[in-house]
Amino acid sequence: MGNRCAVIGVGQTHYTTKRRDVSIAGLVREAAVRALEDAGLTWKDIDAVVIGKAPDLFEGVMMPEAYLADALGAAGKPMMRVHTAGSVGGSTALVGASLIQGGVHDRVLVVAFEKQSESNATWALSTHLPFSASLVVGAGGYFAPHIREYMRRSGAPDHIGTLVAVKDRLNALKNPYAHLRIPQISREMVESTPMLWEPIRYLETCPSSDGACAMVLSSEKAVTGTPAWVLGTAMRSEPIFRAGRDTVNPQGGKDCAADVYRQAGIADPRRDIDVAEVYVPFSWYEPMWLENLGFAAEGEGWKLTESGATALDGDIPWNASGGVLSSNPIGASGLIRFAEAALQVRGMAGEHQVDGARRALGHAYGGGAQFFAMWMVGSDKP
Amino acid sequence: MREIAVVAFAQTRHSAVDEGLGEAELILPVLDEVRERSGLRKFGFTCSGSCDYLAGAPFSFVSALDALGAWPPISESHVEMDAAWALYEAWVRLQHGDVDSALIYGFGKSSQGDLREIMTLQLDPYYLSPLGLDQVSYAALQASASGADRAELDEVVRRSRAAGRDNPYALDLPDPSGDGYEVEPLRPYDVAPITDGAAAVVLAAGDLAREVCERPAWITGIAHRIDPHYLGMRDLARSASAAEAARAAGVGKGSLDVAELHVQFSHEERILRRALEIPDSTVVNPSGGPLAANPVMATGLIRIGEAAARIMDGAANRTLGHATSGPCLQHNLVTVMEA
Repeated sequence: MGNRCAVIGVGQTHYTTKRRDVSIAGLVREAAVRALEDAGLTWKDIDAVVIGKAPDLFEGVMMPEAYLADALGAAGKPMMRVHTAGSVGGSTALVGASLIQGGVHDRVLVVAFEKQSESNATWALSTHLPFSASLVVGAGGYFAPHIREYMRRSGAPDHIGTLVAVKDRLNALKNPYAHLRIPQISREMVESTPMLWEPIRYLETCPSSDGACAMVLSSEKAVTGTPAWVLGTAMRSEPIFRAGRDTVNPQGGKDCAADVYRQAGIADPRRDIDVAEVYVPFSWYEPMWLENLGFAAEGEGWKLTESGATALDGDIPWNASGGVLSSNPIGASGLIRFAEAALQVRGMAGEHQVDGARRALGHAYGGGAQFFAMWMVGSDKP
Repeated sequence: MREIAVVAFAQTRHSAVDEGLGEAELILPVLDEVRERSGLRKFGFTCSGSCDYLAGAPFSFVSALDALGAWPPISESHVEMDAAWALYEAWVRLQHGDVDSALIYGFGKSSQGDLREIMTLQLDPYYLSPLGLDQVSYAALQASASGADRAELDEVVRRSRAAGRDNPYALDLPDPSGDGYEVEPLRPYDVAPITDGAAAVVLAAGDLAREVCERPAWITGIAHRIDPHYLGMRDLARSASAAEAARAAGVGKGSLDVAELHVQFSHEERILRRALEIPDSTVVNPSGGPLAANPVMATGLIRIGEAAARIMDGAANRTLGHATSGPCLQHNLVTVMEA
């Protein structure tokens, strides 16, 4: 894993449907400035910048690192652009951490964003390469059959997805940056919303958000303020079209979790991890990932959700921030998971702080549930 | 820093026209070739570079994973940049010390679209892109600023194309001729040709490199820097980021036998020679360079691969591979390799 690395600054924008007051450059700069302020640093303290976002087709800006170099104070410095589909926010943090772990830099600014009000994600995701026509539209159309297969295999009752949709929106009420804030959220409200892709209802899916998230990562000797120590990092990818690939419980996710747990000394994730920020863009992905990440045995994830264990007052809170279901600037969503995990172990998560959180998991996935990025962060130096 | 070397390099026989191959079909042969040359089947890390806008669809790198046969699942990442930056990311990852090998590849089919127009989309979307300033037009601005005269530009193209004709992987292009301008002062032949192609490199650390390669190309310096985006913020006659990357990579610490430069427009050679402080005795772009074959997103990686190949085949002892990105040489990466 190389040299020690810590998160010393986190910055987020308030996630919302349309940020008409800022350009893309203004949006990323806002998050970056907040991360620098949190770390007590200025632009000149940064050695390199790593930026991530989902496909360039979203906003129609190709290789946006060229345009954003100025706004992110990168001129004269090294700058990288990461793109690993929906997991990109997580991968961006990992590429930034790698620069520190590899001993190349002491302080790296990582930033991820999406400005969905200037894009059309569903359209951009429905364009396919020649000769590979797809019958699905957008991500919901792609993932709904996987969810139905999960329900068939596990025998989970229909209301589990509703429970997650309510729980994450209740958490969002405690997070000032969250996009969807619905005080009267209830099972009845979720169940009354239109069915988009059976079994995913409108309120069981993530919103389209504008937003950016940034972190300042540091080597051990350059730490300022309150660090969240990186205890383990891992990426895994698998082919989308491999025959026999289990798309409901992907091997890549299991392997990635096993790798990051081994580095962090996690034997039993449910017992050893205090809080997890996991990429759940559709409600049913909570029980599915509970199993994939080893928090529950296969077929048992939904029981953990149903028992309330993943609620803010449960024994293993998932998505205390409100998660992707409450804020989804796509390319940033993974980085927000990683950043929220860091905020928890720094004790700086505010109203959605999990008391005494010392070890937290950040998770992101993307593509056809085939790209995975994860890290474990902790309050104690490894 | 840990000792890391290029131990294998392969590229397609690049094509000026769409030969009907999909991206996965383009990549598979070069992946097979570097696996065979290195004798390695599994890699500690894999990283690639490509651009969705060339394919006209999101996630063009996803189908590449199918060519890779990424099973069991692999530790893998992707940059939406020239694959030279994928090599940089892999070099950083190898510095951690827990893995010893990395596979890097890049691919691009610029025959499928209008590259000149597509490249406009990398400009500031509010203030520059709407002006319709296309790739050749902004390159022409830099060509004017560079102070290069016509005879010098013609000689760069003549030399590059002649070298390309001797390179079985590059295009066969005739000596430059004709009076017309693409965008003044650039003539059509000053612009790198539309090319489809792919390339792959294997990096290995320390003893593994010595084991799998008779004469590894050891990376003694690798660094990159980006300049401000706005053309008005820069002196277009110079490349500050290339000069700074060269200093950080230690280009001047020894003699240089060969330099492979990412020259997509003939005038860029003059700017880069000056920024990288390349001596007159150094052979520049013996492969023909991008003016003889420019498979976008693989072109920069090929510069590193070609420079490494000159060491691996015993022709050189110290070489340089350069890659660039962004309008008017905005972003530059320099790799120095030694026997």
